[in-house]
Amino acid sequence: MPVDTVQEKVVYERPRSLADVPNHYCPGCGHGIIHKLLAQCIDELGIQESTILVAPVGCSVLAYNYLRVDGCEAAHGRAPAVATGLKRVHPDTTVISYQGDGDLLAIGTAETIHAANRGEKITVIFVNNAIYGMTGGQMAPTSLQAQKTKTSPYGRNPADVGFPIRACELLNTLQAPVFIERCAVSSVKTILKAKRAIMKGLRNQVEGKGYSFIEILSMCPTGWGMEPREAVSWMEAEMVPVFPLGNLRDR
Amino acid sequence: MGVILMKGNEAIGESAIIAGCRHYFGYPITPQNELPAYMAARLPKVGGTFLQAESEVAAINMVYGAAAAGARVMTSSSSPGVSLKMEGISYLAGAELPAVVVNMMRGGPGLGNIAGAQGDYFQAVKGGGHGDYHSIVLAPSTVQELADLTGKAFDLADEYRMVVILLGDGFTGQMSEPITLPKPSGRSFDKSSWSLSGAKGRDPHIIASMRLNPDNALEMLNLKLQAKYRQIEKSETLWESVSVDDAEYLLVGFGLSARICKSAVSVLRKAGVKAGLFRPITLWPFPAGQLAAVSAGKKKVLVVEMNAGQMVQDVRLSVGGAPVDFLGTLGGATPQVDAIVERITGHAG
Repeated sequence: MPVDTVQEKVVYERPRSLADVPNHYCPGCGHGIIHKLLAQCIDELGIQESTILVAPVGCSVLAYNYLRVDGCEAAHGRAPAVATGLKRVHPDTTVISYQGDGDLLAIGTAETIHAANRGEKITVIFVNNAIYGMTGGQMAPTSLQAQKTKTSPYGRNPADVGFPIRACELLNTLQAPVFIERCAVSSVKTILKAKRAIMKGLRNQVEGKGYSFIEILSMCPTGWGMEPREAVSWMEAEMVPVFPLGNLRDR
Repeated sequence: MGVILMKGNEAIGESAIIAGCRHYFGYPITPQNELPAYMAARLPKVGGTFLQAESEVAAINMVYGAAAAGARVMTSSSSPGVSLKMEGISYLAGAELPAVVVNMMRGGPGLGNIAGAQGDYFQAVKGGGHGDYHSIVLAPSTVQELADLTGKAFDLADEYRMVVILLGDGFTGQMSEPITLPKPSGRSFDKSSWSLSGAKGRDPHIIASMRLNPDNALEMLNLKLQAKYRQIEKSETLWESVSVDDAEYLLVGFGLSARICKSAVSVLRKAGVKAGLFRPITLWPFPAGQLAAVSAGKKKVLVVEMNAGQMVQDVRLSVGGAPVDFLGTLGGATPQVDAIVERITGHAG
């Protein structure tokens, strides 16, 4: 074929909203996938210049270095309160509260429930990997029954520390939220579903609807002491039955 | 509008609105409940936002978010609630965000009681939260001064991008007095170079206190904060002196205690005792140099506080030669003029 008839067609590229920098996440960690999904959704909705990302304390504390939008650090567990302050001052922006399981369901449980109950017009991205990653693998509120961690070395014993908390089901008892869905990033299929959920959660803000909550089951090979591929299998086999995937609410 | 009768806590609310504050986040606690109630009624009428948070912790973090968004924002509470806000105040300091925090102090420690007290001087002035930081601390002693210093607090917060604590007490907050509402200062502060609003036509802004790269980034942030604090110590001290020039005895107090000391000075002067009063209005920065000058050559300096002796430590560090005595009241009790007079003259007034 003569060279002058070759046409270039871009079929895939780095999202504009994703910074072209090396990140600090471990091999096989789900945060990188979720960051990219967020960046793709922000690009596709055309809201890069009107989005504010609140980053939590935890592994994703530096998320504002990876997403090219205005960014705000929050104290541990307080991201929904910080997001509330931001959104109440700038109601026309899209405010994302990006949080892990310790942040959202342990130290920040009150902020989580009350922001949802007020129907704050924010989007919460809840990354559930059933462990405290950044601090070295301690038991999380979502750690599974019998799961061994640094602070549950003999396995999580429900008689002692209770069962894993299901965030979506908990928030589904409240009236105000407009969107609640649990997704995963363990396969192409689940990743595409997660992207659709994130898109819906962000679009709800653009359209001035209420509070959206997207839980994403994610791998933490380092914290779990597994190879990345083994971590994907463990998540599908062990986590998904405890945290069933699916949409709980879409108004 | 002329002279009107207003309760201290409500005077803070109206003065904040005059100063352009349109966002208030708080949680109920006595003895400051008139302030959130006032804001709940007034802010919606002026296009503002009042939000009752689920906790003091959430309230101060909503303040953090609103401050990051560039708004003039305040919260208020009383001693036990302010303890809960300390985490957020440290984050506000680290992220260099402007906010006004009102503490109408009550008796402690613990749940204590709901009477006015001054036991949170250390907490407000020496830090309170973690890390090396200061808040500017203003100590009003009358309802008029509560009103006047509220606007000043917002200007100082915006000028230096830091927390300003209005440190009152439950009595002053509950007291009704005739006041003239302040006029807006007219000062404006451009926050567009750092605040968050969506990165429209510019690079993203980031509000954070964490500094990891390069290795000395956190040291550099702290050096910057300390340089700012040294500048504030030079230029922002406020104090009041009453009858100090010929005084042989100098009373030192802040807030309500200073007001009682003022009455004691009158009683002493009528009895022929040359007494005066030095009243720090900024507790941080503490007017150390001014107090050193005023106290020079006095027979005695008597510090009066509604606590077990907190500001007296700063007074001792400031005063040169004169002996420093202390009179304190505890658990929500107020100093009595007679007791102050007796401590100076050695016999009951």
